[in-house]
Amino acid sequence: MMAKNLNVSPLSNQKKGLRPVTKKNFITYAMVIAFFILFQTLMSTDNLKNAYQSLLVPICTNVIMALSLNLVVGVLGELSLGHAGFMCIGAYAGSFFSVLTEEVIPITWLRFTLAFAVAAIAAAIAGILIGIPVLRLRGDYLAIVTLAFGEIIKSIVNVLYIGVDSEGLHIAMSSSNLNLLEDGKEILRGPQGISNTPRDSTFFIGFILVMLTLLIVTNLMDSRTGRAIMSIRDNRIAAESIGINITGYKLLVFTLSAAIAGCAGVLYSHNLSSLTANTNNFGYNMSITILVYVVLGGLGNVRGSIIAAAVLYALPELLRGLRDYRMLIYSILLIAMMIFSNGAFFVQLREKIAFRFKRRTAQDAIPGRVE
Amino acid sequence: MAVQEALGNTALLEVKNLGITFGGLHAVENFNLTLQKGDLYGLIGPNGAGKTTVFNLLTGVYKPTAGTFFLDGKELKGKKPAEINKMGVARTFQNIRLFQNLSVLDNVKVGLHNQMKYTTLTGILRLPGYFKSERKMNERAVELLSVFELEGSLDTLASNLPYGKQRKLEIARAIATNPKLLLLDEPAAGMNPNETQELMETIRLIRDRFDLTVLVIEHDMSLVAGICEQITVLNFGTELAKGKTEEVLKDPEVIKAYLGE
Repeated sequence: MMAKNLNVSPLSNQKKGLRPVTKKNFITYAMVIAFFILFQTLMSTDNLKNAYQSLLVPICTNVIMALSLNLVVGVLGELSLGHAGFMCIGAYAGSFFSVLTEEVIPITWLRFTLAFAVAAIAAAIAGILIGIPVLRLRGDYLAIVTLAFGEIIKSIVNVLYIGVDSEGLHIAMSSSNLNLLEDGKEILRGPQGISNTPRDSTFFIGFILVMLTLLIVTNLMDSRTGRAIMSIRDNRIAAESIGINITGYKLLVFTLSAAIAGCAGVLYSHNLSSLTANTNNFGYNMSITILVYVVLGGLGNVRGSIIAAAVLYALPELLRGLRDYRMLIYSILLIAMMIFSNGAFFVQLREKIAFRFKRRTAQDAIPGRVE
Repeated sequence: MAVQEALGNTALLEVKNLGITFGGLHAVENFNLTLQKGDLYGLIGPNGAGKTTVFNLLTGVYKPTAGTFFLDGKELKGKKPAEINKMGVARTFQNIRLFQNLSVLDNVKVGLHNQMKYTTLTGILRLPGYFKSERKMNERAVELLSVFELEGSLDTLASNLPYGKQRKLEIARAIATNPKLLLLDEPAAGMNPNETQELMETIRLIRDRFDLTVLVIEHDMSLVAGICEQITVLNFGTELAKGKTEEVLKDPEVIKAYLGE
């Protein structure tokens, strides 16, 4: 009986407004939508320089990458340094599919949607295959092994030749070994990659993909599965003690994150006419850059990942006017952001500001204040 | 005892000659224990006697090198911690292990993970099953938290709770997994006498309300004497004494182990 009475008050309190989690998510969605509307308007009224227009799709790609890596690093709490490898698989699988079916499926949106599906599945399979052996490791060891796998994926696509003719697919390690018939064409040509991918990526599609990723990530985090994943991050031993299947959930996150990265790869490759794999787009540099977005945005912080990815990707381009000093300023800004997001003074400052705006929420955050 | 044996296998927990060695060290040796349903049993002993090791053995954190144990007649030896929990054993930890970055409510809801299920896809797509299950989970979690008077801080982060409430939250989370056997590892550590008194009442209450069998490790003798009907005293990994609490606590061997000669 006692419990019944007590039941009423806290739950009815919750019903009064949106739950804090839901409210936070809605603000993030609104932010992304506002960003899209702003730039779409600027673009259609011709107020955006061409150089800046070309940044919009890559920004979406980077935001999606940051969101997917945030699942592994921020939500699951495992360090992965090979994330660009999954993007690489997605990019190649998607491009390959698009080039292969360009004449068979003339409807662009259908072909592009299928390309995303193919890429997501390919990257997810890679995620499972790599995840099964790798996820037995933890911490630094996991980071090193994922780094290696990322590089392996990049190296493999650089020596792979795939062509198609009336007999079907031909796969070889060199052009001369492909043995294509007269009517055949080489699609993937080793280090020269895939050329003539249809340029289907638009800012609108990028935006839709960002929103989908965002919905998947936020909905996942606020669900039974998400709680289990975060419990593993917070305390593995305790999570095990209450019956959470650690390996299963780790593999799930790794696979989902790989699939999303694969989709980002499709967006990337369909924004370029020729696709090649090098250190800057699919190698270790890219993985580290994405990790920087996630860490600076705040581990596990979805909104932070989005802002950090968008701002930090655009920044070097916007600083182009400074010429030689560009990367210097960029690094200084990186350091400044790190201090700003973690320094005690700035954290207090932010809390003060938040306190003024939202008196009630700030009070709740004071440690030890409980009835 | 004779009556119970005549009734057949009524023991909830049956531990037979359980032991583990680390290198050459016998951390626990020849540990035997039989708990009947509804027992409130104490496990005491000086520091380093192997009490927590026994808990780690019973929850699958360590694999025993000797002996075996059964819950409700099913052998649990060699099973993983998560499986053992699913079969009905829940525990708390000596050094509190909460999910620090999750809210109080979510800590308990993780505990309900295997009680109220829906698939990952249902969660991502927000299908009706999600809302139905979440509502049931919320109600159950609040009900559990109100037993520990924590229903006022549902949205507080676990790390922001005061110490005593963190201990209570850990017990609430363990009970959320719907266990038959609850293992409490020094629940009164760091509590003042008033809080300890309150905790004793809570432990009795939850035992009755959730049909639990409780095994407690404790240093606080007032708590042990207050709630445990029977106790086992461990010293250097072996059983020193066993039986009714008041009798065991008077045993000169036990006093010697605690206070020295």
